[in-house]
Amino acid sequence: MSHAFEVTEQRSGIRFHCEPGQSVLKAMEQQGLKCVPVGCRGGGCGFCKVIVLSGDYECGKMSKVHVTPESRACGEVLACRIYPLSNLTIECRPRESAEMAKQQTTTKSMR
Amino acid sequence: MKKGVMRPGHVQIRVLDMDAAVKHYTDLMGLIETDRDEQGRVYLKAWTEVDKFSVILREADEPGCDFMAFKVVDEPSLQQLEKDLVAHGVDVEQIPEGEMKDCGRRVRFKAPSGHSFELYADKQYTGKWGITEVNPEAWPRGLDGMKVVRFDHCLMYGPELAATYDLFVNVLGFYLAEQVLDGDGTRIAQFLSLSTKAHDIAFIHHEEMGKFHHASFFLDTWEDVLRAADLISMTDTSIDIGPTRHGLTHGKTIYFFDPSGNRNEVFCGGDYNYPDHKPVTWQAEQLGKAIFYHDRVLNERFLTVLT
Repeated sequence: MSHAFEVTEQRSGIRFHCEPGQSVLKAMEQQGLKCVPVGCRGGGCGFCKVIVLSGDYECGKMSKVHVTPESRACGEVLACRIYPLSNLTIECRPRESAEMAKQQTTTKSMR
Repeated sequence: MKKGVMRPGHVQIRVLDMDAAVKHYTDLMGLIETDRDEQGRVYLKAWTEVDKFSVILREADEPGCDFMAFKVVDEPSLQQLEKDLVAHGVDVEQIPEGEMKDCGRRVRFKAPSGHSFELYADKQYTGKWGITEVNPEAWPRGLDGMKVVRFDHCLMYGPELAATYDLFVNVLGFYLAEQVLDGDGTRIAQFLSLSTKAHDIAFIHHEEMGKFHHASFFLDTWEDVLRAADLISMTDTSIDIGPTRHGLTHGKTIYFFDPSGNRNEVFCGGDYNYPDHKPVTWQAEQLGKAIFYHDRVLNERFLTVLT
């Protein structure tokens, strides 16, 4: 535990530990928290998008559809693909209503 | 199969990291790597499949499915299908023999749902892997992981289901095995078959075009499905849901994700059908039970996590 980093999700104020070599999303899930949505856990679906407000991290491959090089440069990443190198502060914004409608449209008739 | 379209032939999947993907599809799932090409694509097959490959992996910046192909009984049927597609107003693209190693010419077209499909007649016949053609043993030694039996089907998400139904049923010779209808009687899910399988391709209505829900692989028994779930945990693979049973098809299933976020399914059992069977219908208000027969509620991921 003494080696673990602390991750804070700014919007909810939720704080959790993250081991070195563990992704932020995995650490969050393991501790039963829900401040970031969980999708494919593989950098492919964009569900766990967050902005890193402070701290250093390593980043794995992510779908360029969901994180363009420009947004990556602004600290936008997928939580399943970031591995802290220091304490991190992240922000998970609620998805834009248009984007939400787009993502949930399978079910307009199904809900 | 009345127009000569015989069975699923191959699926080309985009992955973010080829090494991690190959490990997932071989070590974990038990597909066998049969070749690579100069473009860097990796060719894989399941042990009971007779042709050289059924899954092709391509490294790219975003995951998803490039296309799914169906094998056609012979070249004359392929030529007729090509004419029929054109007559139906579908743009067809010719992919020459050899574009994929040891595969004949392919006819590629886009369905109204936005998905690319191919038809082909020829591919190198390698026979089943690990067993002889004459006096074969029950199964081969040396398979890894889940030991999936075959690439079975894909589920695609997209709009224009009615127009896609028209194409697949009236031009390509599929028939409707199972469906989900909403309160107005509109079909929002269609399970189409060439055979006695509950589906060789399926579509669920979704506003975005051309999205990939999953590629599915067959297992023999519920014990194999449980064992697959154990392997998913042992390898810390991302799981979606399962082991459980579907309402639609009544197949026994697990959904999980490859390292790039593409969803895979392994399943066993399920219902069979013939063309004289009326389609099985589930109502949209029972969608939870239709997809997850035991939980009887949907999880958010199933509807929205796509590549």
